[in-house]
Amino acid sequence: MNAIIAVIELAASDNQKTAAELASTHNISQHHLAKVLRTLAQAGIVSSARGPGGGCVFTANAKRLTLGDVIEIFEPGLASGPPLSGGVFVDEVGRMLAEIDRITLATLRSVTIQTVLNNARRRLAVTPG
Amino acid sequence: MVTRTGPSRGARRAAATDGAIMIDTLRSGDLPAVIALDARVTGSRKPEVWRGFSQAFGADQLIFLVARAAGAVVGYTVGGVRSWEFGSPPAGWIFAVGVAPEQRESGVGSLLFAAMTERFTASKVAFVRTMLHVDDHLLMSFFRSQGMTAGPFVELEMTLHDPA
Repeated sequence: MNAIIAVIELAASDNQKTAAELASTHNISQHHLAKVLRTLAQAGIVSSARGPGGGCVFTANAKRLTLGDVIEIFEPGLASGPPLSGGVFVDEVGRMLAEIDRITLATLRSVTIQTVLNNARRRLAVTPG
Repeated sequence: MVTRTGPSRGARRAAATDGAIMIDTLRSGDLPAVIALDARVTGSRKPEVWRGFSQAFGADQLIFLVARAAGAVVGYTVGGVRSWEFGSPPAGWIFAVGVAPEQRESGVGSLLFAAMTERFTASKVAFVRTMLHVDDHLLMSFFRSQGMTAGPFVELEMTLHDPA
């Protein structure tokens, strides 16, 4: 969740932001967020500059990058949950969980960062403030 | 059979990668191009379905729009207003939308969607709705980019016999 917040905040901003700024805005651990930003930088989603005046900027294609892409960087194998075994009733539970996973994955893989920004701006235009 | 021809009301134009795109209602002679484009986009050829859409359009039961670039059909969408099916108040339904692969990301789909929702708005419906395969992430991404989200209805199904 913190990674998605960081990506959205950076994609929405024209200016670079530091981990301290993002952590303060969303009341999350700066230390944890710094690690998240390093991972995002390694994945080519953000670019970071150290030192005074440094910070992170969004560098990916917002029209192509999906929420699912971001999550799978931190949770690889999201598409395939742990197999359940233990008989016909447990198998049925597995089928129900697979149904939930399929819908969740479809949502995460179809919502791009640009769509999140656009939807937020539409809502802001309808209900300012 | 398509009965409405000539300049359409509210035709839309937009700059695209290789020239202006015009959104127009289906004209006589467009159907073979739409059938061929749908086959390219979806991977299955279904002329009977499109003839049915065309006839319903001719009878004022459906909205059938095409996108043209330099006179050629490069996109299509079909929609209509449905009332009280499954207990739903009147809503505009988009039954099909497709854009030539070489025209993707040039705004053709957005123009078709905007033209369709404009007609739904003129019909006084408050919602636009569609249904698509849960694994079709590309098409789902398109509809979400237009502002659509999951609605209050859920589709359920059950296998009655082995299709094989």
